[in-house]
Amino acid sequence: MGIRFDAVTVAYDGNVVLDALDLTVAPGEVMALLGPSGSGKTTALRAVAGFVRPASGRVFLGDRDVTDLPPHRRGIGMVVQQYALFPHLRVEDNVAFGLKARKVPKAEIRTRVAEALEMTGMGAYARRHPRELSGGQQQRVAIARALAIRPGVLLLDEPLSALDAQLRSGMLAELARLHRELPDVSILYVTHDQMEALTLADRIAVMDKARLQACGTPRELYRAPANAFTASFVGNANLLPVTVGASGAALGTAELKIDTSGAAPGASATLCVRPHLVGLGDGPNRLTGTVTEIQWRGATHRLYVDVDGHRVMADLPELRTPPAHGESVTLHFASEDAVLLPAGVGDHG
Amino acid sequence: MASATLSTPAKAGIRAPAVPAWVWALPPVALLALVFLYPLALVVQQSFQPDTGGTSIRPYADVFASEAFREALWTTVWLALASTAGCLVLGFVLALVIAFVPFPGARAVSRFVDVFLSFPSFLITLALLFIYGTVGMANGLWTDVTGAAEGPFRFLTTPWGVLLAEITYFTPFVMRPLLAAFSQLDTAQLEAASSLGARAPRIVRQVILPEALPALASGGSLVLVLCLNEFGIVLFTGAKDVTTLPMLVYGKAILESDYPGACVVAVVNVLISVGLYGLYRVVSRRAGA
Repeated sequence: MGIRFDAVTVAYDGNVVLDALDLTVAPGEVMALLGPSGSGKTTALRAVAGFVRPASGRVFLGDRDVTDLPPHRRGIGMVVQQYALFPHLRVEDNVAFGLKARKVPKAEIRTRVAEALEMTGMGAYARRHPRELSGGQQQRVAIARALAIRPGVLLLDEPLSALDAQLRSGMLAELARLHRELPDVSILYVTHDQMEALTLADRIAVMDKARLQACGTPRELYRAPANAFTASFVGNANLLPVTVGASGAALGTAELKIDTSGAAPGASATLCVRPHLVGLGDGPNRLTGTVTEIQWRGATHRLYVDVDGHRVMADLPELRTPPAHGESVTLHFASEDAVLLPAGVGDHG
Repeated sequence: MASATLSTPAKAGIRAPAVPAWVWALPPVALLALVFLYPLALVVQQSFQPDTGGTSIRPYADVFASEAFREALWTTVWLALASTAGCLVLGFVLALVIAFVPFPGARAVSRFVDVFLSFPSFLITLALLFIYGTVGMANGLWTDVTGAAEGPFRFLTTPWGVLLAEITYFTPFVMRPLLAAFSQLDTAQLEAASSLGARAPRIVRQVILPEALPALASGGSLVLVLCLNEFGIVLFTGAKDVTTLPMLVYGKAILESDYPGACVVAVVNVLISVGLYGLYRVVSRRAGA
């Protein structure tokens, strides 16, 4: 079942926290809402669940306008960061809760609870209480509870944020597997973690300051971000202020041969190059500057180079003889790896 | 150098006076014994000393045989149980509304509950007298409107009046711990329940109520004990027909100068209170609260 936001605006006391969101999640699609805190992403999810009432706009589940429906009539599965399991109920009763609320026949409840617990690998823990489980196990139960009602839409609100890093990557793989097993379920996945979004999502909606900034497949957003915010929030980015020339762009005195189609000569623009696409030494599109910091990251070295007062980051395969602090170096990047973005944002990379 | 610093016994000054720990228990025990246990012992002793002299269980036999005592015992117990039940139901509903139904002034109402707890109990009875008394507002309105000589509200001097007063006065004692428990409740649980398809009544029954049980148990047991021993409300409603154990103690001691009899009733009252408290502890421990 698909989800559609039609110009959904949410405001608290005149304070707009979600500004005219237009977004469509296709049936069976995993859409990540990615953004910093306060960007409106959780508000958008809560508007689908029915816990916030839009000031204007409509929310659709499939073809059904659910804007005025109470949460209990929307048939949505929801999983939140802090699990929100019912502490006095055993795991199996937590999972059965939604089925009992829907008056599902007893015999069927038993099989569906077993099925949901099996799917999340929690079958052996049916008789436990939530307090007897680890964080990761509790989150699995929460997912089983949400899936037991066989929702057409699954809302996940920072589901992995309370887990430690190692557990998180394991759960990420689990969620991907669950989605393969339930290909018809649309998933709206709210996160501030770009890795989760890049790994799991079919498409990512980048949110900032209550607005949708960009929406596209992870590859599109990474390769060709629409604006500086998207470039810096989805992956790392060097964002450099350039002046568009006749057949390229200029960063200070450096002439860069890049595709400037669509930009008028003489205009200001922001050049975006991913740090791992920047090379050390001579090549096309040279940038010369001094090393201000060098970080060894195991498999790579991260160089911070000051180029005419702009900081340029380069992620290089581990160097045998890394340049010294203060040394002058030359960096380069391929023309096709650079993207020209509208100006307006400084080089804060 | 570091090891030298570490080896200095930092707490030597505190350990120096070698006073056994039990010495510290003496002052509180002595105080307790003087102001509480000794008078209690005197009451118990007096209850075994009939006015005719000597020591016997005669006062107990006399009191237990009297119709007045048995009636007072029954009145006390059913009034306390009914009041507690009323307070639990009313307190739970009111606390639910204050905690979960967003309305302007909910916080002010919650504060008022705190203030209410500090009121003396007879204040409520006075207020009820003004409203439902023989010459109170309700009856006044009735006589004004119908022209009748007397109003229909004369339940205040019956056990029902006492019940109404006790429920009114003691309900906040149930609400206080409930509101504290509700504020601890994770709203994400309520949202999870409703997105799973549960309507409000099911959420109250299956999510909120189980979380509130310890608070209900503690508030309810407090109210039960307070009701068993309530004196001011029963006295102030001026109900001649309503005699509870504390009233009986008062009557025997002050009006009839029957001290052994008063002490017997007092002992029974204490035993019921302590017994119910013990029962509550056992039950609440078994419930894991």
